[in-house]
Amino acid sequence: MLAYLARRLVQAALILLGVAFVTFALLYILPADPVRQIAGRAATAQTVANIRHQLGLDQPFLVQFWRYLTHLLQGDMGRSYMQKTEVATLIAARMPATLLLMLGAIGCELALGLTMGVIAALKRGTGVDQGLMIVSFVGVSAPQFVVGLLLLYVFAVQLGWFPIGGYGSFRHLVLPSITLGILGAGWYSRMMRSSMIDVLRQDFIRTARAKGLARRRIILRHALPNAILPIIAMIGIDIGVFMGGIVVVESVYGWPGIGQLAFQAIQRVDIPIIMGVTLVSACAIVLGNLLADLIAPFIDPRIKLR
Amino acid sequence: MKHWLASTALALALALPAVPAAAADYTPDPNAKPGGAITVTYKDDVATLDPAIGYDWQNWSMIKALFDRLMDYVPGTTELRPGLAESYDVSPDGTVFTFHLHHGVKFTNGRELTAEDVKYSLDRVTNPKTQSPGAGFFSSIKGYEEVAAGKADSLAGVTVVDPYTVKIELSHPDATILHVMALNFSSVVPKEAVDKWGTDFGHHPVGSGAFMMTDWTIGQHVILEKNPDYWRKGVPYLDKITFEIGQEPIVALLRLQKGEIDIPGDGIPPAKFTEVMKNPDEAKDVVKGQQLATTYVTMNVEMKPFDNVKVRQAVNMAINKDRIIQIINGRAVPANQPLPPEMPGYAKDYKGYAYDPAKAKDLLKEAGLADGFSTELYVMNTDPNPRIAQAIQQDLAQVGIKVAIKSLEQANVIAAGGTPKTAPMIWSGGMAWIADFPDPSDFYGPILGCAGAVQGGWNWSWYCNKELDAEAKAADAMTAPDQQQARNAKWAEIFTKIMADAPWVPIFNEERFTMKSPRMGGADALYVDPVSIPINYDYVYVKE
Amino acid sequence: MADTAGPEPIVASARPEGTLTRLMRRPLAVIGFVLIVVTVGAAVFAPWIAPFNPDDQMFDGLTLQGAPMPPGGKFLLGTDLLGRDLLSRILFGARTSLIIGLVANGAALTIGTVIGVTAGYFRGWLGAALMRFTDLMMAFPALLLAICLAAIFQPSLWIVAMVIAIVNWVQTARVLYTETTSLAEREFIAAEKTLGAGHIRILFRHILPHLVPMIIVWGTLGISTTVLLEATLSYLGVGVQPPTPSWGNIIFENQTYFQSAPWLVFFPGAAILLLALAFNLVGDALRDVLDPTQRGRD
Repeated sequence: MLAYLARRLVQAALILLGVAFVTFALLYILPADPVRQIAGRAATAQTVANIRHQLGLDQPFLVQFWRYLTHLLQGDMGRSYMQKTEVATLIAARMPATLLLMLGAIGCELALGLTMGVIAALKRGTGVDQGLMIVSFVGVSAPQFVVGLLLLYVFAVQLGWFPIGGYGSFRHLVLPSITLGILGAGWYSRMMRSSMIDVLRQDFIRTARAKGLARRRIILRHALPNAILPIIAMIGIDIGVFMGGIVVVESVYGWPGIGQLAFQAIQRVDIPIIMGVTLVSACAIVLGNLLADLIAPFIDPRIKLR
Repeated sequence: MKHWLASTALALALALPAVPAAAADYTPDPNAKPGGAITVTYKDDVATLDPAIGYDWQNWSMIKALFDRLMDYVPGTTELRPGLAESYDVSPDGTVFTFHLHHGVKFTNGRELTAEDVKYSLDRVTNPKTQSPGAGFFSSIKGYEEVAAGKADSLAGVTVVDPYTVKIELSHPDATILHVMALNFSSVVPKEAVDKWGTDFGHHPVGSGAFMMTDWTIGQHVILEKNPDYWRKGVPYLDKITFEIGQEPIVALLRLQKGEIDIPGDGIPPAKFTEVMKNPDEAKDVVKGQQLATTYVTMNVEMKPFDNVKVRQAVNMAINKDRIIQIINGRAVPANQPLPPEMPGYAKDYKGYAYDPAKAKDLLKEAGLADGFSTELYVMNTDPNPRIAQAIQQDLAQVGIKVAIKSLEQANVIAAGGTPKTAPMIWSGGMAWIADFPDPSDFYGPILGCAGAVQGGWNWSWYCNKELDAEAKAADAMTAPDQQQARNAKWAEIFTKIMADAPWVPIFNEERFTMKSPRMGGADALYVDPVSIPINYDYVYVKE
Repeated sequence: MADTAGPEPIVASARPEGTLTRLMRRPLAVIGFVLIVVTVGAAVFAPWIAPFNPDDQMFDGLTLQGAPMPPGGKFLLGTDLLGRDLLSRILFGARTSLIIGLVANGAALTIGTVIGVTAGYFRGWLGAALMRFTDLMMAFPALLLAICLAAIFQPSLWIVAMVIAIVNWVQTARVLYTETTSLAEREFIAAEKTLGAGHIRILFRHILPHLVPMIIVWGTLGISTTVLLEATLSYLGVGVQPPTPSWGNIIFENQTYFQSAPWLVFFPGAAILLLALAFNLVGDALRDVLDPTQRGRD
């Protein structure tokens, strides 16, 4: 177990190194020039050259990358070109909002997905089942920005139940969480359905039924916990899925998280921020996958860590 | 210096006598009363409050309120008035400016502001280590080249005469230097605070302005509070301004309608504009003003077929500016020359190129392009710019010019514009030229002069006319007050000549519409201040 | 993301004959199929059925204040912010979505198959290197990567397709890798090898045919992902260049008005949703039909 963990962590570190290298290289060949953005329009050629020199952007690519890497290992992610602040500070300031949104989305995925999955499994083969499965497909096929704008229009603009974007209270969190979670809810309901069907077929449920336990009790106490287990392992992988979604969802709702930070940074070639957010996201994805793999054997003893 | 000036007969005729502070000053609103707090919202983060670095929409007016400069503007106008300098003298040849500071001005850390601080601040902003985007404005000061090249730490042209007198020598006469001394980049900062915070000074600003920053939570809010010891008596009126960050313009408007905020800093969102203006209750709280900005299309004169003046003129006649203004809800007036109408030197009698597709076709025929041609139009990829580009595309298609649109991130468009022979046409929307200071020269050098037509420059039409460069230089050498009329006329002539060569299609001058809560008081001009964008915090007040 | 419901290993090779018949017995698949046919029809016949030229900015397409026209009357679905007919733009937008869906997904499928099968069949250092590369791609926040790539290459229809292919091949590669590994270990492959069959022969005669059903399933499901990704990129302003209509950039261009003109978001939004849904429904049904281990679940 420990050896496995060590190997996976080394792998994770190498992957992150790779991500850093590829992103750095992509940003290096980007036609836009960050120095021009910093120097502003009143800058003379001299000013531009000075700034380029100070940021070390006149150095060869590998030298720049090596410098970035050595600073990174000392915990220094650099300073934002445009925001003139430590990247770590900026990310830390926006991380709580993003984490909150992700938590909300996980909650929404589980609540919607599991409920739909269980009902569909219990009503298997009926119109209810078919209907729920179509709904789950819609969830999987819906573009997040359309869902976001639609929810905003109906529940915020027309009905006025929720604020039109922004951040601060629980009511602000509801619509963005649903928007981000709806995709996962679609997948989860389908997984939950098949997982539940499998469990209901198993011997211990039949035994319970034979013992004359109430149907409600059987489902809640016996079937559900067993059916949920495989899905718990997926939450780790979700983190990676969310990393893409937050850019869109945060931009639709004006949510002050790292997705917006990254998108603004890309528009202004703020390389330190783009690098920082990419690495933090990659870290989350890698750790999420690792977590999923670590949990899996506890849930399903047939799976062995390799 | 004054003594020397007075003893020179010639000097009396040419030089500006020491200007007393009271002469050009502003009469405060008699109804204004102190107290109260307001809330302003913005969508984007405030990057920095370091006056040497801050150069964006959000922090421009905050920095104005936090710091002072030698020169200032009469609130709500583009008229210069003395700031920290209570008076100044100019040498006869217009190359030496002597500023006499107010006594007893204090930084908010309690220390008195002296001539040393002025020198320190100018040295700092020009020092390449500061990475100031405004360093170039100071290039006419003697010794700038050495500092910019990193060979010197201090501007040879700025000397401290005594604690309340600072002398600035220029390497050539420059009529704009007083405006430059009123720029945010010229703000006076205390050395000890800069040394203490280092690169984080921008997050812990200390100045001598009407307000001081008391809290800044990144991504959420910035709070400014009244400086009780402000040297201008009676202002500011407000006790506190809260800037809330991360608010979508549409949300800001709704909150304004609910009375939760006072100023939506990003303005009225386009989709709501007609609705607001149709409602008399809301429209009365909207202040309309001019903005010193022109939005235009550049044509790269180094690229075929735009090297032919007839083609450029044809494009000028082919674009329907009224239609483009319709796309932005009529929030602009059509432009016919680079300068905006409010700018001194604007040629009122110049009519420009009228919309005339038939004539445009004739010109293209004369240029040997009867069948039209294909070209590319670069545009920044945020709304409404891609839409405006498509309107231009359709107009040009009418005269046979097939335009492919390249809608890119702002940084990529800027890079393409500054690379030789890359972008045949650029729509400048979203990156339009907004005046740094109200002087016509600001619209020439970097964007139409030879100096800007270099790799990485902002002269995206790559138009370089040596004769006009010489005329511009001559105009800027006219520093005496009685020459200003002639100087403005000269600039009007320069820009008219540029339009004859037609490197740009000036499209529109945007108008500003600031919406405020009903409880906000003060002259309308303060809410569309041409210099303190969006509003002049020092002089507005709350009514209740 | 799709691996959360990815197909389980396919054991038996499916017979292509009868697949369609069995597919048509499923109502959901039929709905999906019909939607796809309708979209393809709209794309192919757009020039004939569209009431207006999609790029024509009509003077009467805007009110005097510059607001778009609501649905009904001359403009069946209303107009956009430039006074262009929305219906015509949506019809022509179907072309963009389908071209990108097919090209990008075809490219992604090819890359994924080549990498997955090569790594799974040859194993060794080559396989390890390819799979580590796949892991690396997995760790990228796909959307950020796509936005960066689009910025570097300056978006156009084909570039957008390429960018999508670059970020979308990973799932296919992983699934096919697992599948190929288990196939390559089977006795009949070993037997072929002892008989002296070359790698090429084994790959093309024995491995690939077994993988075809899985490639079809992933290909179909992948189109849905691709359509969504194209729409998202266009929505963020880094997709297809205007005035080429794309369902994503219609929303991007018009969303500032979405409160007063919601149709400008909802019609193209519905189009994206229905097309993605259609490919998901068909793909899912194909999986059930082609994969015997899944049978009997419904």
